[in-house]
Amino acid sequence: MINVLFFAQVRELLGESSLTLDAGEGTATADALRQTLANRSDKWAKVLASDKLLVAVNQTLCHWHTPIKDGDEVAFFPPVTGG
Amino acid sequence: MSQNRILVQTADFSVPGEYQRIAADNQDGAVVTFVGKVRDFNEGNQVSDLTLEHYPGMTEKVLEQIADQARERWPLNHLTIIHRVGTMHLGEQIVFIGVSSAHRKAAFAACEFLIDFLKTKAPFWKLETSDKGQGWVEARDADDQAAKAWEQ
Repeated sequence: MINVLFFAQVRELLGESSLTLDAGEGTATADALRQTLANRSDKWAKVLASDKLLVAVNQTLCHWHTPIKDGDEVAFFPPVTGG
Repeated sequence: MSQNRILVQTADFSVPGEYQRIAADNQDGAVVTFVGKVRDFNEGNQVSDLTLEHYPGMTEKVLEQIADQARERWPLNHLTIIHRVGTMHLGEQIVFIGVSSAHRKAAFAACEFLIDFLKTKAPFWKLETSDKGQGWVEARDADDQAAKAWEQ
């Protein structure tokens, strides 16, 4: 299983804070996972198409081509604004 | 090497208390602290409060990494980062950074490095309530440039 988390605007726009997916072809990389989720609806496609969207795998910021394996935690979020 | 003191919490913090902790060693000649507060304006709007969301687990990990990077660059003794989450009202404290070192240059530079990196790398997001309603604070290019400047 892949545990997927959403934060801030991304969470709010999607109306979901987390979900789980079976590991497979559609989750092979961070980008593949984004594509799989984008296929859910126009709303998901629009939110996940943002060029500002960031992705972290196992709590480390990473590139879209980062491989994902069973048991990973993947988070999607906008640029950070703390401090 | 001293331990980093890194806290992510809803509760407010005491600047005098944190200062005492950082200033405890007589081997340090310099203590620099920074406090970030909720201010009354942003992008021309009157702000009344802020809600800080974060990514539990990743936040602490990133703050530890940033603290370790600061220690690699400068000879630091005490290092504290406290970041609040949840809702904070106008004038309230959001973030505390404090470092001690033998000399002032290292302490000043490390404090600035820590806040520049925290603002661009640590997974915190600000939701602002103003006279125009509620909205997420956009990331600023100026903050990105400040963090990038340390990489040159």
